[in-house]
Amino acid sequence: MKYIDEYRDKEVISKLADMISRSVRKNYTFMEVCGGHTNAIHRFGIASLIPECIRLVSGPGCPVCVTGKSFIDKAIACSKLENSIIATFGDLIRVPGSASSMEKERSLGADIRIVFSALEALEIARLNPEKKIIFLGIGFETTAPGTAVTVKQAEIAGMQNFFILNAHKVMPPAMEAIIKDGVNIDGFICPGHVAAITGSAIFNFIPERYRLGCTVTGFEPVDLMQSILMLIRQNNDNAPKVEIQYNRAVTEMGNALAQKNLSEVFEPCNAYWRGFGIIPVSGLKLRMKYEKFDAENIISSVVTDDEDDPSCICGEILRGVKSPSACPLFGTLCVPENPTGACMVSNEGTCNTWFRYMING
Amino acid sequence: MDERITINQGSGGRLTHKLIEDVFSKNFGMPEPLTDSAIIKDTGGTLAFTTDSYVVDPIFFPGGNIGKLAVCGTVNDLAVSGAVPKYLSAAFIIEEGFLLRDLITVVESMAVEAQKAGVKIITGDTKVVEKGKCDKLFITTSGTGILDPAREHISTGKEIKPGDRILINGSVGNHALAVLGARNNLSFTTPVVSDCASLNGLINSVMLKSNGILFMRDLTRGGLATVLNELAGMIRLGITVDEASVPVDEPVRGLCEMLGFDPLYLANEGKVVLVTESGEAQKVLDIMRSDPSGQKAAIIGDIVQDKRNLVTLYTSVGGKRILDMPSGSQLPRIC
Repeated sequence: MKYIDEYRDKEVISKLADMISRSVRKNYTFMEVCGGHTNAIHRFGIASLIPECIRLVSGPGCPVCVTGKSFIDKAIACSKLENSIIATFGDLIRVPGSASSMEKERSLGADIRIVFSALEALEIARLNPEKKIIFLGIGFETTAPGTAVTVKQAEIAGMQNFFILNAHKVMPPAMEAIIKDGVNIDGFICPGHVAAITGSAIFNFIPERYRLGCTVTGFEPVDLMQSILMLIRQNNDNAPKVEIQYNRAVTEMGNALAQKNLSEVFEPCNAYWRGFGIIPVSGLKLRMKYEKFDAENIISSVVTDDEDDPSCICGEILRGVKSPSACPLFGTLCVPENPTGACMVSNEGTCNTWFRYMING
Repeated sequence: MDERITINQGSGGRLTHKLIEDVFSKNFGMPEPLTDSAIIKDTGGTLAFTTDSYVVDPIFFPGGNIGKLAVCGTVNDLAVSGAVPKYLSAAFIIEEGFLLRDLITVVESMAVEAQKAGVKIITGDTKVVEKGKCDKLFITTSGTGILDPAREHISTGKEIKPGDRILINGSVGNHALAVLGARNNLSFTTPVVSDCASLNGLINSVMLKSNGILFMRDLTRGGLATVLNELAGMIRLGITVDEASVPVDEPVRGLCEMLGFDPLYLANEGKVVLVTESGEAQKVLDIMRSDPSGQKAAIIGDIVQDKRNLVTLYTSVGGKRILDMPSGSQLPRIC
């Protein structure tokens, strides 16, 4: 398959593995920020192809995992509004809130539908003018432009019954929070799809301010292997910089149209990240012009604590400090069918990925 | 013809009888008079007996419908046990308001599939429930088949030993994606057609020509990964699978990439996994490839002594990982 097979070529990967083996000089720890990378690393068995002196740790890049419990509680409050339909990405439906989950609410009769895009939610709103449609807007710079375009279309169409419960986030402040937290890493495997929108330049502060290397990386095995090699070389040469490995999709300046839509609809705000707490200017909120689409205006205020079960270590896992195997709940009380913490819910969550691919230790 | 099923047609009275006579008996060729139980006069062998319910949504999908599925699924459950499928029962739960012509289409395709598979549908039941109490049409089929006692070991795989080989009769994932595509919740059309088929013909020719068949299982919900994990646990041995050798059709691969599915976990309705003695593997492969249901057959893995109870996947890019049981369903109501 074009654009897939070239990047899964066994011979190319084996050559890259040789080059990596010959280049290593010390122990290295690299963080893959994006949940899509975590999934690809385990799916293709990348860890079995690289020397043991390279440790890959997973960062906070699964949007479902960093969404706090209070968001789920608000979503449930929306689902209980009379004549309402919740439109959500599938991963979110099993995330536990403080007392329930959307999956449980659906079995009790709430109308909760799985969509693949914000535009699909808008279509549901068009087809059901007598109902309130609430789209659960989560995700990073990758998905936020899609929500922005949808909001603009809703504005043009004069939609009165379409709302967004919004928890969109941006990635660089969370990466900075990890560095400031003192996590011992030697470089970032940066999220390629975020950078396709924003441009690679948003990561420039990392080598400049913190002297850590960054490679903006695609999601295929060749991409990941090449990116690991680039980070090793940056470390060996003590020359940290932002390199674009994923150059078939990413430029330094990114997608100007998507950025324009994003900034027309959203403005920066502080945001809560599960495992981190409030990170300054790490969120996106609707600008005043579009506030009428904010679902928080149609529910009475929901006050819940974002604190997790004290024995759940999702926070430390998201910060890359601990591995799932260090969690007393992992694989026993916390399993994909009955998750305690959010990292076990999404396919891209570190605990879920570990559980599915059974990595021990 | 827009005649619809009414609540009275499930009453058990005259209208029910008429429905059975006009729709079911006529198509299945059931012997008169219809009684509460079918009397099976074939004896002189061990009987295999199975049952399954079908609630696929939507009931019509590329490559089949709920009726064809209900016959193939039960025939395959019998055939993979080593039995020769003989008789089926079919029970229908129909929602009030369901189109009669759709019911006839479903029943006609059951009759066609039963004839193809060489089985007879000899008893059944019909209930009609109020609108909203079921979703259009649910079917339950049960089946019996004659089992040669020499083949009793096949369903449990108890004669499998390290060194034996694992084969599959074709590409995986087609059924799940055909159903998903037919649900109209994708904003594009897919060229994927369900693999829904009765496999007793293929299985019969394999078993007639080889004595080295040690295990068979059809791949339905949970896909290849689930069956291999169940097998590893059952025989308490390890299994290795070569990802690159598992056949996956290009459109299925493409859709899986887009939707984030792993084809190894997707449902099939016309696929069987076989374990054979290593010396028989090539011969069994050749036999399968000469059958219409096995043209893309492949040897995909091995039974090994170590890593007991686990399935190890050698990934197509040269890495390796554990292929685990799925948790939660990738897609609901696909069969």
